[in-house]
This record gives sequence, structure tokens and C-alpha cells, in this order.
Amino acid sequence: MDLITEFVAELRQYGIPVSLGESIDAHEALISELIDDRELLKEALAATLIKNDTHREAFESLFNIYFGVSVEHGDTEDSEDNNKYEGEDSLLAGNTVAKSAKLSGGSSGSLTQEEVIEMLFNALLNGEKDRLNQLAKLAVSMFASIEPGRPVGGVYYLYRTLRNIDIEALQAKLKNALLKQRDKNTDENLNERFASDEATLRTEKLKKLIEDEIRQRLIEDRGKQAMAKTLKKPLLEDIDIMRASRQEMFDLQQAIVPLSRKLASRLANRRRHLRQGRLNWPATIRKSMALGGSLAEPIFKKPKISKPDIILLADLSGSVASFARFTLQLVYALSSQFTKIRSFAFIDGIDEITSYFDLTTDPMKSFYKINTEADIMWLDGHSDYGHALTDFVKKWPEAVTPKSSVLILGDARSNYHNPHSDILKQLSKKSKHVYWLNPEPKAYWDSGDSIVKEYAPFCDEVLEVRTLKQLELFVDKLD
Amino acid sequence: METSFVFNSPDDVQASLEKVDYISSKTITTAVFLADRLKKPVLIEGPAGTGKTELAKSVAASTGSRLIRLQCYEGLDEAKALYEWNYKKQLLRIQAQNLVTDADNETWKQLEEDIFSEEFLLTRPLLEAIMSAEQTVLLIDEVDRIEIETEALLLEILSDFQVSIPELGTLQAKRMPLVFLTSNNSRELSEALKRRCLFLHIDYPDMIREKNIIKRRVPEIEAALLEQIGEFVRSIRQMDLKKKPSVSESIDWAKTLITLGIHTLDTEVANDTISVLLKYQSDIDTAIKELAVHS
Repeated sequence: MDLITEFVAELRQYGIPVSLGESIDAHEALISELIDDRELLKEALAATLIKNDTHREAFESLFNIYFGVSVEHGDTEDSEDNNKYEGEDSLLAGNTVAKSAKLSGGSSGSLTQEEVIEMLFNALLNGEKDRLNQLAKLAVSMFASIEPGRPVGGVYYLYRTLRNIDIEALQAKLKNALLKQRDKNTDENLNERFASDEATLRTEKLKKLIEDEIRQRLIEDRGKQAMAKTLKKPLLEDIDIMRASRQEMFDLQQAIVPLSRKLASRLANRRRHLRQGRLNWPATIRKSMALGGSLAEPIFKKPKISKPDIILLADLSGSVASFARFTLQLVYALSSQFTKIRSFAFIDGIDEITSYFDLTTDPMKSFYKINTEADIMWLDGHSDYGHALTDFVKKWPEAVTPKSSVLILGDARSNYHNPHSDILKQLSKKSKHVYWLNPEPKAYWDSGDSIVKEYAPFCDEVLEVRTLKQLELFVDKLD
Repeated sequence: METSFVFNSPDDVQASLEKVDYISSKTITTAVFLADRLKKPVLIEGPAGTGKTELAKSVAASTGSRLIRLQCYEGLDEAKALYEWNYKKQLLRIQAQNLVTDADNETWKQLEEDIFSEEFLLTRPLLEAIMSAEQTVLLIDEVDRIEIETEALLLEILSDFQVSIPELGTLQAKRMPLVFLTSNNSRELSEALKRRCLFLHIDYPDMIREKNIIKRRVPEIEAALLEQIGEFVRSIRQMDLKKKPSVSESIDWAKTLITLGIHTLDTEVANDTISVLLKYQSDIDTAIKELAVHS
């Protein structure tokens, strides 16, 4: 198996869809002898294999593993014994490692920490690419203390190196030095800002160099496949919303607006084209006059567009709150696609929260207000689906109409309270659809206090919705 | 069908694009080069105003090819994209025949053959690009605006460079056109379409490239001001904004500053003219607030 095929297989492992045809394209692209440097190789592979920009990040990190880190400085002494045209394997930066070993063996002994930091600072300030590259390797040799065979990811070593060179102090010092170089006559405020931007950018580059170097050494130690495995992060659309880390949650939030735009245009489109309107006779006849009375082009009436009317019931108790919030945000971002949305939050009590979602305010503020102001707690603050449902029909008997689609968001873990599934039965008779979105894996349903099966018969569908992808699929067919 | 290459190397792509004032990046030149070598369409995505449409135009200009543009919109159909029979002319033809002779079977058959010939065909952009004898660049602009079902119209031409017309048979491209599709990513394009294309994501340029672009478009700009514009726009793009300023907006801004006779940028000038860069009031507020703080 050649390197490209291996690389494609690894991409697929990540969940990036690469078809056979695309793989062939990649091979064809590389036949051209003009794709001769690493950057070109990367772009050529990206253009043929990656068809979605959100997959680019995963592609980059895998590419670095499979095709080595860039060897920007051209040391001729090493490249002679590594025949460049031997085959694809020579694309692996084998000589990088050789060089770094030399550096680490030779010069590091005589240098102190302060001296290295000083050298780094000067290289950063003068923008010396090659020097910075070498110093990054040196820093890794001196400070990362990589222990062979230990199955930890690179993050730990990176942290250790950055702490030892005191990256934050370095950045601050760099900023001040850059500021001094600037023209004094211009606006002080802007000078300050631009210097700080530049300093941040340059230190980020250094961080990346160090990261690349650590990765390279770990690959040396453990091999490509193992390294790819430790780096494996789920793609954004596959992240389990309930278990998302802070950073992942942030990334997910960022994805809401573009996703809602996409979904909105899809929903709008589909409604418009779902059925052809009836034939418009007068218009067709009028059109035919231009063609001497031949009915060449039939004209149809525009179909009537009916948008659904959404009722959201969201469990906001601790265990599923993050999921409920996320879904609420997405539905509100799509509000132009629905006639109206009314939302209700419950734990064991229930309250209407529609008014908290004003499109102009920050959704996080809305949730904060809901938590402090809305009356969603009744007795002890543990989810009680039965009581929440009973309360709902008592307080807002008019809310659900034959046009409504009711969405219930929650894990159906009712702490062994009475489920009152008869209420849901009523609701399902009154409404157009009832959907239950459960953020728990299907395997856990009906275990412990989960009572999915009590409610399931009265729902049009009970769906497992743990990831962005599943949520997207659901919203897409909503009507 | 001739298979000749338009470009000799990725560097050649870059050089010829630069001749028509399009400053490219390695990502862009590689994609264009591969499009020419592999004879595959390029699907270009990216934020608005980063030069997606411009790229296709520039490729056409730099290679002296004819640019054929299909602007996509909702409700675009076969008759507008591919071809249409010229009903009126066909009807006239039939009526003319009737005047001369009474239609019997034999003449009808001949007539039928006659009215379904190329003479009665109205070519639309896609067919036009296929039939053209000269080198063409086909630009399918904003392909995300057509419905997913309509995408199917494009598939045959994108993978095989041919168009099938039931009455006439299959028309093969005389010369392979270079095809560019642009998308603002307002919806996910179908897998079938993506698979047939090379993918190019054009993002906001880095500072050096941006300065080069501005320099090309606004040659009268002073070096010091250009430097500041570059740094300022880079700084603004790092803020949390609804819509970040695009290249076309920074070009507009540079022109504005020159018109106002400004030689150096300061916070006040920036605040006064920032509405050229940012298009949402909330973004303008955010930026002005952030600029006021010493970082």
C-alpha cells in the first residue's frame, strides 16, 4: 500500500468521507512531476481529497504526521545522502530528525535556560525563520524531557516546554520591543495594538514550531498510526453535546449560525418545491398567444406555503441542560422558518420562556435570566416529567393546536415519579406531531429511572440526538 | 477533442494571474493548476468578497480565453442553463411548409428532422461553453442558489464535458473548458457535485497578500498608509464580529482614505471611516469599543 492510500485510509478513519474517485484524483495529481515541494503536495492533496472546509483542520494534523514537518531551511549537507527522488517515502522529513538529534547532542549542554530564552527572543524580534526553527528544536530537547514509550499525547510536553521558556513573558517582551521600533509620530493607541497583534502572531508561530517538533519526535518513538490515533479528535458534527468540553462547546456555538442559515434555506427551498401548484389557465393561454396559440409552456400557480408552528418543551435540569440550551438556540436561530415558536422550560415545575428569547440579545444572557427568573422548579428540583406535563396542560391549555408540532427535549429520567403518560396521549391527539429528542445513547434508554417506553407510543418518533449531525437531520425533516 | 494544457507549472499560474492584477496564494495556484492538468472543475468556497468570482475572471483574462458565465438563481432550469428549442422559429417553419404543400407523411418526417436541428437550438451558457471552438472559461456563479434537484443538470457537463439532447444526441466538448463554480455556502452541496470537483477554499488573505492586493488595486497609495491599513484590517478581523471585513471592503477603505487626503491613520480617523469596513451597527460598536481600550 503506498503512502497516499494509507493516508486516505487514515482520513476515512477520522470520519472524513473520501471516495475512491477522489483517491484516484489525488494519485493523478501527484503524477505530475511539477508537484515537487511539500506545500504543493499538501495543497494538491487538500484540493482533491477534502471537500469541506471544516475538515481542513483534521487534514492538516494528519498531513503533518504522514508527510513530516516542513524543512524550510535547505541544509545541503544532509540532503545529499537522502536521495530526494527515491520514492514517496522521501517526502517524509527523515532528515529533520537527524538534524535535531545532532543539535540536541551537541550544543544544548553548554547553554543555560536564560541564554536560550534570549536567543529565542532575538530570533523572534528579527523574524529569522531558520534560526527560530533550530531554536525550537533545541528548546524541545532541553525542556520537554520526552520519555520514550510513554503513551501520553504531545500536549503535556508542549506545556512543559512553553512553561520553561516562559512564553507569556517572552510575548510581552517582544511586544515592547516591537513597539519601540515603530514610528513614534503615529497614533499611540494604534501602535500599541498593532505591536501586540504582531507579537501574538510571532509567538503563535513559535508555539507551532515547538508543537511540530514534539510531534515529529513522538512519531519517531511510536510510529505514524499510533500517533494519528492519539491525535484523533471527533469532527465537530460528531461531538457528543452532553459530554462536550468547554472548547468543543464553544466551537459548537460558533457553528449554530452558519448551520441555521443552511437549514433555513433548505427548509424554505423544500417547502417551495414540495409540490407544484395547480395549472394557471388564464396565464397559460395568454402565454400561448405569442406562439400562435400553441400551448407550449404551461404556467402553474404558486403553491401555498405552510410553515409549522413549534411548541418546545425543554428539560433544563442539570443532566441535560447543555443539550436543551443548544437545541433551543438552534430552533430560535431558525425562527424565520416557523409561524411561531413557543418554548417552555421545566424541571419539575414548568414555565413559559418564549419572551426571554429576543433575537437581538446574547443567548447566554437569556439562559442566565431563565435560570434566575423563570419558575421552573416546583418541589425539589429533580426532573419530574409527569408533573411538568400536567402543569403544562393546566396552565396553557390553548397552547397546543392541530397545527402545532410539539418537541420535547429531555432524557425522560423522571426520578421514579408518576409519568402521567395519558397527558402526552392527549397532547398527541390535539397536535400535528409530537417528537421526543433524547440526548442519551439509545442503549441507556429504559434503564434505571428512564421511562422512554412509557411515552414512546404517543410520540410520532423518539430520536436519539447526541450530535450536531443528528440534530441537523432532525430539523431538516421538521414540518 | 484536443487535450492541451493552458499552464506549464503552478508558478506559471501565479505569474499569469499576477499579470492581470490577481494576487494568488499557493492554495489558489495549486487548485487552478490541477484543474488544468486533471481537467476537472474547481468548486470555490469562502466568505463573500474574497475574490472567488474574480479568480475565474482573471484566469480567463490571463489566458485570453472567452469567459462564459452562468449566474445561478432559484428556479434556474434546463431552458435557461443548457439549451432550449426555439419554438417560435419552429412554428414559423411548420407554417411555411403548410403554405407550400399539404403535409403528407413523407414531408412531415423530413420536416421533423429539420426543426430539431442545431439551427433551431438556442444555446444557453453550459451548451455554449461546450460548443465553443476557442478556449473558454466557464463560470457557474453562486451554485448554492439553485435547488438540489437542479444540480443534477450540471453533473453530466462537469464529469464528461458533454450535453445530451434527446432529439439530437450527445454533444461533446470541442475544447475542454476550464470550469469554476463558486458557492457562498448557504447550503450543503450534494456529494455527487462535490465529488466531481476539486475543492478550493479562499479565506481572508494574510497581511502580506492583502497589502499586495491593495497595492495593485490602488496604486497611488503611500507605503506607510498601506502598512497601517494592512495591520488595522488584520486587527479588526481578530475581533468577534458578525461579518468580518473582506478584501473588497479593505480596498474601498483604502480608496476612501486617499479621497479624504489622509496620510497616517489614527484612532479618530479609524472610528470615523470604519463604516466602510463593517456593515453591521453592532459590529461597528464592538470595534470602536475595542479600539478605545489599550491592549
